[in-house]
Amino acid sequence: MQEDYTYVVLADDDEDDRLFFVEAFEELKIQTRVDIYKDGVALMDALNVPDSVLPNILFLDLNMPKKSGLECLIEIKSNNRFKDIAIAIYSTSASEEDIENTFVQGANIYIKKPSDFKILKKILSDVVTINWQYHTNGLDKDNFLLRL
Amino acid sequence: MKIFIKFDFTQFCSTILDEKLDELNIKYRMLNFGEIEFLEPVPPDKLKAFDAILDTYGIEKIENQKVILVQKIKDTLIDMVFNTNDAINVKSSVYLSDKLGHSYGYLSNLFSEVTYTSIENFIILQRIEYAKSLITNTGLSLTEIAFRLQYSSVAHLSTQFKNTTGITPTAFQRIIAKRRELKNNKD
Repeated sequence: MQEDYTYVVLADDDEDDRLFFVEAFEELKIQTRVDIYKDGVALMDALNVPDSVLPNILFLDLNMPKKSGLECLIEIKSNNRFKDIAIAIYSTSASEEDIENTFVQGANIYIKKPSDFKILKKILSDVVTINWQYHTNGLDKDNFLLRL
Repeated sequence: MKIFIKFDFTQFCSTILDEKLDELNIKYRMLNFGEIEFLEPVPPDKLKAFDAILDTYGIEKIENQKVILVQKIKDTLIDMVFNTNDAINVKSSVYLSDKLGHSYGYLSNLFSEVTYTSIENFIILQRIEYAKSLITNTGLSLTEIAFRLQYSSVAHLSTQFKNTTGITPTAFQRIIAKRRELKNNKD
């Protein structure tokens, strides 16, 4: 095994959603480290620090003040340093337009935020497990599309 | 102009290993499944040099016995999924335990413990990933892809694709095409 944990980052302006997210990961059997940011600007500032440790999976809320999830996504996809980060859109929106557009812009995963904590745990566990499969089996990340 | 290429990873890796071991003057014998037997003791500096060379090719020496066996399971399964030419007529569980000489129960528990997924899910993932690469890189129709991957019908392939990825093969194809278009416009 290359690493002993999966490094996960979330950018979300909703405090409750952030809380649920961190709590869900605490209850998973897969080892993870979770960092959170309250908006897109704070996230991008942290990612853009040279030599910073990059997340394995980045969860982006779409509607955030200052800088939206879509703006972050486009910025991240235009920087080659971030090419190995799997991007998960984590949104209350389930509009087909948002889903297809973010996939086309390079997102790997689209998650409609569930209202049930058990379902959230299952979804996050699936995401980390499948990402792990891509990582350890050398699968083609360009073909990594997952909608949950 | 665009061309598509297909790799034989096993041959690719053995060729590199042959060349590099010969270069270092190490006497060896290739066994199955990425096993190499050194026929005489190898001095530590040579072994270190060999590890360094492997590293540049993204090849890694596996130290842990459990990880080795899991890698063998994966290699066997991948071989089973991709070598669709000579159809394997037995169930994957029988095929695996025959080939690796352990009971399926033991192999399947070990596999889940190390990889966080089951053998069944691993096979499905591999087949779906193969289907994806055929969708994006060849002009094959879904019917032809289903046939090649030994699905009983297109519907079966589409259902498993949707269950695994959350999107339909057609949506997948459309998204990848749009991504390429977007990238071409940027370049």
